Amino acid sequence: MDEHRPRVLAAATPYLLVLPAAAYLAVFVVYPMAQAIRLGAADPHTGGWTLEHVRRMASDLYFWPAVRYTLWITALAVPLQVVLALSMALLVNTRFPGHTVFLYVCAIPLAVSDLAAGLIWLSLFTERGYLNAALVQWGVLRSPFNFLSHEHPAWLVGAIVTTEVWRATAIVMVVLVAGLQLLPRDYAETAAVFGASWWQTLRHVLLPLLRPSLQTALIIRTVLAFQLFATVVTLSGRLVPVLAGETYFWYTLYRNPHVASAYATLVLLLSALFVWGYLRTLRPEGEGT
Amino acid sequence: MTLRKLGLYAAALLLSAWVLVPILLIALAATTPREDLYRWPRPLWPERLSLEVLSSFARQEAVLRALGNSLAVAGLTIVLATLVSAPAGYALSRYRFRGREAVQLGILATKMFPATALAVPLAVAFIRWGLYDTLFGVALVHTALSLPFVILIVASVFRGVPAELEEAAMSLGASRVGAFLRVTLPMALPGLAAAAIFTFILSWNEVFAATLLTVNHRTLPALLVHSVVAEGAPLHYRYAGGLFLVLPALVIIFVIRRYLLTLWGVTVR
Amino acid sequence: MAEIRLESLHKRFGRVVAVRDVSLEIREGEFVVLLGPSGCGKTTVLRLIAGLETPDRGRVWIGGRDVTRLPPGRRDLGMVFQSYALFPHMRVFDNVAFGLRMRGVGAAEQRRRVQEVAELLQIADLLDRYPAQLSGGQRQRVAVARALVVRPQVLLMDEPLSNLDALLRLHMRAELKRLHREVGSTTVYVTHDQVEAMSLGDRVAVLREGQVVQFDTPTQIYDHPADRFVGSFLGNPPMNFFQATVDPEDGSLRVEGVKFPAPAAYAEALAERRGGSVLVGIRPEHVSVGAGPLRGEVLVVEPLGAQKLLTVRTAHHVVKVAVGPDRALRGGDPVALGLPEAHLRLMDAHTERALPRR
Repeated sequence: MDEHRPRVLAAATPYLLVLPAAAYLAVFVVYPMAQAIRLGAADPHTGGWTLEHVRRMASDLYFWPAVRYTLWITALAVPLQVVLALSMALLVNTRFPGHTVFLYVCAIPLAVSDLAAGLIWLSLFTERGYLNAALVQWGVLRSPFNFLSHEHPAWLVGAIVTTEVWRATAIVMVVLVAGLQLLPRDYAETAAVFGASWWQTLRHVLLPLLRPSLQTALIIRTVLAFQLFATVVTLSGRLVPVLAGETYFWYTLYRNPHVASAYATLVLLLSALFVWGYLRTLRPEGEGT
Repeated sequence: MTLRKLGLYAAALLLSAWVLVPILLIALAATTPREDLYRWPRPLWPERLSLEVLSSFARQEAVLRALGNSLAVAGLTIVLATLVSAPAGYALSRYRFRGREAVQLGILATKMFPATALAVPLAVAFIRWGLYDTLFGVALVHTALSLPFVILIVASVFRGVPAELEEAAMSLGASRVGAFLRVTLPMALPGLAAAAIFTFILSWNEVFAATLLTVNHRTLPALLVHSVVAEGAPLHYRYAGGLFLVLPALVIIFVIRRYLLTLWGVTVR
Repeated sequence: MAEIRLESLHKRFGRVVAVRDVSLEIREGEFVVLLGPSGCGKTTVLRLIAGLETPDRGRVWIGGRDVTRLPPGRRDLGMVFQSYALFPHMRVFDNVAFGLRMRGVGAAEQRRRVQEVAELLQIADLLDRYPAQLSGGQRQRVAVARALVVRPQVLLMDEPLSNLDALLRLHMRAELKRLHREVGSTTVYVTHDQVEAMSLGDRVAVLREGQVVQFDTPTQIYDHPADRFVGSFLGNPPMNFFQATVDPEDGSLRVEGVKFPAPAAYAEALAERRGGSVLVGIRPEHVSVGAGPLRGEVLVVEPLGAQKLLTVRTAHHVVKVAVGPDRALRGGDPVALGLPEAHLRLMDAHTERALPRR
């Protein structure tokens, strides 16, 4: 008996160390997630299950536009972010003199919140902003054009996508730069020895090798795009409704935590769907390496 | 060869401009006198710069209080996140144990789940627990949001200190805890400081949960969202607020620029 | 100084059995080398002695004390790690003094003893430097000094020379031998390098797949390997092995159809095996060249300075033979090989374990 005690302790040590974090996440992540589902699907008076809140959410004027806009903005912004980030990462990877400064500059938006990014680009896109000032001065426009008006939803979405691309390209770039650094330089050099052009090397050697990083980046960005909120709110108010924004309005404006929770649950489900897809597509490859 | 180099630099310059110009413009906008901001036609380069808008923004009592709140929340978050994540990160870096994979998967899953989904139910729960509209409550949520990232960073920091060093200390008479305190901790300190700074940025920038969880004790982002959305604050106020949010982040990210790639690289792996 | 006794130690990691029923008795002041290929469990045995791992079964005794459940710090030992494991944030002095500090030795005494051991290892002028400012050989010395300064009953070393270049390794090997003579502490030394093992060990324990195959003096292990594995693991080039049949009538050996008289020492063992087969081992330097019943052809000649190494192909075997440097042989030359009776080592054809000698 006595002989076994220290070993049990040693075996229990990692669990004891992980316990606080696990407990914390259980209380502040797992519990609220369950709670979100309950709030969104329970009758506040009887406590029974009801689809009432979900129905109210789905019949709301803003619901379908919010779903549509969220998906649209995601579908537009994410590929642009990947392409832009890939160019940045490849540039960094050439190790040209000054590439460390370049890397730092490209990484700056990492520390910029979606709210700040929205305010920054507001100064460009607003009716009397820098973009209009420049366009008028250079003679492209005769009078300022209102990019952020409900009359031009395409321009509004364009402004939001631009802002999102500007802000979130940095994190994609970090993933790709890290991925590129893991690749031995010999691969590209071998390809060059065999006479591959830069473009062929990129297409047939680098990109396939980068696939895991690219997938990671893609999925992280897609999931995070469902949380799109402050950028949209600062640039468009509620002209371009999005899911996270509706959660906010239902909670703070209409003081209805149930419909807000229904929205939250929807975001949760969409994210879970993508996490699941993420694990499914990446797992087999992760085991290989 | 030289043509290729030229193209390289041109591309680098262009991409740098894409990142830097908007930041320069918000700085410019926030330091342009109020009248010039609303004048049309608007000159591309303002005739004069002034700190009038910025200083009147910063002198507002609500802003000052929000600034203090933001700092307090970030400080609390750093303390909480470090206390909770350090043991877990240490365990992940040093031990092979059954369920390790499950823990890592759990971390991966939680970092995917957004503040958006958590904020509403937490607000409801916090009202019940008496934590609603308190800085501590916001810090609790920020800790939860940053925890998965910070655990990964801390684990990689500890992984950077070879286990053999701890074993050497133990073979020389130190206890397990003693070996940690005398060898691993001092060596991990710079990395842990970087992790703390990462936590600070995360908390400082967090908008959604802070907005939903506070009424009278708003953080700076929450105050800005409220005044923009609910009160339709004027443009100059928004610009000043934007610059106020960006500046500390810029300074910090400059300070830790050497760790940038490692920090964020670890969190997205 | 203390003796070490290991009693049927078992250790598994998940599904892998790292150490299987290892029992060893190491005498006071003895220098014992644990030798084996990578993954044979030698480092795990060392870590079990150190207390960095706890055995699943079995006991560890140091100096008559059962230390199986004691943490490393209370076993009174010093350890030198493969990577040296110097604390990079401490100066050499603080590294060396670490163990003394843990034992609550006073500052003046610390300085005296660090100075003493620093002189022993010729690192007295390095005490103010940080590990990063030292060369590989210097780090090695500091690591040894740090382990020795606490005057441990037992000194454990885990491949301490493997990170040094060839010349330095040769030098440090001699240095470690001198040190052991001067300090005299019971030493357990892990290596995969058979030359190191032969040159350093009073006794060598050869491990394979978590088990001790043979534990004896280097000469004994070299001359009388316990099985085919030991014969081929020790010695460079390894021992040659021939398939042989035992004559059913007179018990002599037949290799490639040629009859050899069986060594007298094996007469009893061979008596049971008449008509069966055995494995005949012989060291390359013992194969005689020029006269003998085995016919072969020289494939390759490698002049190694002190000797020439021949690769000879006979009817069914490829044989390594070491000859004097002035033997004029070239690739393609036919040679006759002899297998002198006194140097033949016989092993069971199936278990590959050495047959008992009388």
